[in-house]
Amino acid sequence: MKRLKYLMLMITSLLLLLTLSACGSKPLSSQNILENDKQSKTITWGVKADTKLLGLIDVKDGKEKGFEIDLATALTKKMLGKDAKAKFVTVTSQSRIPLLKNGNIDAIIATMTITPERLKTIDFSDSYFDAGQSLLVKDDSSVKKVEDLNNKTIIGVVGSNSVENVKKFAPKAQVLQLPDYAQALTALKSGQGDALTTDNVILAGMAVNNPGYKLQGKAFTTEPYGIGINKGQDDFRKAVNKALKEVQQDGTYNKLIVKWFGNVPGFNYKEVLRK
Amino acid sequence: MINLLSSNWHAFISGFGWTLLSSVLALFFSLIIGSLFAILEVVPSKILRIIGNVYVEVFRNIPLLVITMFFYLVIPLYVVKINGFTAGTIGLTIYTSAFIAETVRAGINSVDIGQMEAARSQGMTFWQAMRYIVLPQAFKYVIPPLGNQFVNLVKNSSVLAFVAGFDLMYQGNAIASQTFETVNTYIIVGLFYLVITLPISYYMQHLERKLA
Repeated sequence: MKRLKYLMLMITSLLLLLTLSACGSKPLSSQNILENDKQSKTITWGVKADTKLLGLIDVKDGKEKGFEIDLATALTKKMLGKDAKAKFVTVTSQSRIPLLKNGNIDAIIATMTITPERLKTIDFSDSYFDAGQSLLVKDDSSVKKVEDLNNKTIIGVVGSNSVENVKKFAPKAQVLQLPDYAQALTALKSGQGDALTTDNVILAGMAVNNPGYKLQGKAFTTEPYGIGINKGQDDFRKAVNKALKEVQQDGTYNKLIVKWFGNVPGFNYKEVLRK
Repeated sequence: MINLLSSNWHAFISGFGWTLLSSVLALFFSLIIGSLFAILEVVPSKILRIIGNVYVEVFRNIPLLVITMFFYLVIPLYVVKINGFTAGTIGLTIYTSAFIAETVRAGINSVDIGQMEAARSQGMTFWQAMRYIVLPQAFKYVIPPLGNQFVNLVKNSSVLAFVAGFDLMYQGNAIASQTFETVNTYIIVGLFYLVITLPISYYMQHLERKLA
């Protein structure tokens, strides 16, 4: 009997929740996010909190800092005027698309590569950064480019396509896949492998924190990062693309690139500058 | 699932091989080391007893992953370069040996004290009495819990996946992330583990019936 009571309680509360959530304003798909944002003078961006140089929460003052943060602020001002505000919500790789879909954030600017799979569920702006896969090595390493890794050991992370990419360029390389980037970096430091591979900007952040290690060689793949926007928000997407073009033309974009990537060892920021 | 198995047959089999090798090595060495420390815990000398106790309590109460990570990341930095497989197997050996020591010690303690006293009164030394009188009986008592430890050891060998030891779990993770067939991959991995653990279970049951 007691269990039945609990069950009934759960079902009723679930029903209540469903009716309550249905009471909200118009469904997201019929809203125009650009119009809403123009009225509130705010754009809510989903950003990373754990990626050095791109989006990182500074533990000292609790503020988001990074290239993506600055770019989002610049885009907001271009789109809605000088007095507009950019609001930031922290997202992870897993949570970013759900948060966008349910309307918690207006757009995602969080190291997200434009891929055909993702284009099925959301739209992307034009690419705002051209990342590419690269290598992190010790300063005195004999590895100069990815092809040098034949008969050497390379460290990657389980589930990333970077490991597969390396096999195309250095088929004889031995690949070690570790659970996450922190562990992969520690393994590199204790000499378990000759190089660590993933997107160059992520490696650049590691290089800044770890003197004695540097990015090596040119990027050997391209990973264009795009701003994720809900499907059906064409006005918003067009406004983002227009603002993106403007910040590139007036030099703001390049200024930000130099600010964040100007003196990262082994990272040639000139490769990612835009006219 | 058959497709997944046949297209990744090589990876599964090599993973199975490394898991089996690691388990056999760890089983052999942990049994020896474990028994040694079990004896240390019951010898008359107080210092030796303390050494045995510290070893068992320290390694029994640290997570296996921490011990393994220590050998994988710290030892190569300061002592000697060892790869993931070696680090994993050493970690597994030390961790399991602490449990085996406790199991065997319990077996030794369950042999009636009179046995030891009788042996000593016949002029045997402590070690002779241990070797010929107490240990043979003790091992008989601890066959069922030892069997448990061996099965646990095989399953714990999946820790090798975290240090790139190329074992079954490592290959499983790699295959699952490439094919996106997560469920099927791990079902196959589970079946491969059964291939090792079930015979151990049955052999231990058989020994138990035969000896007890």
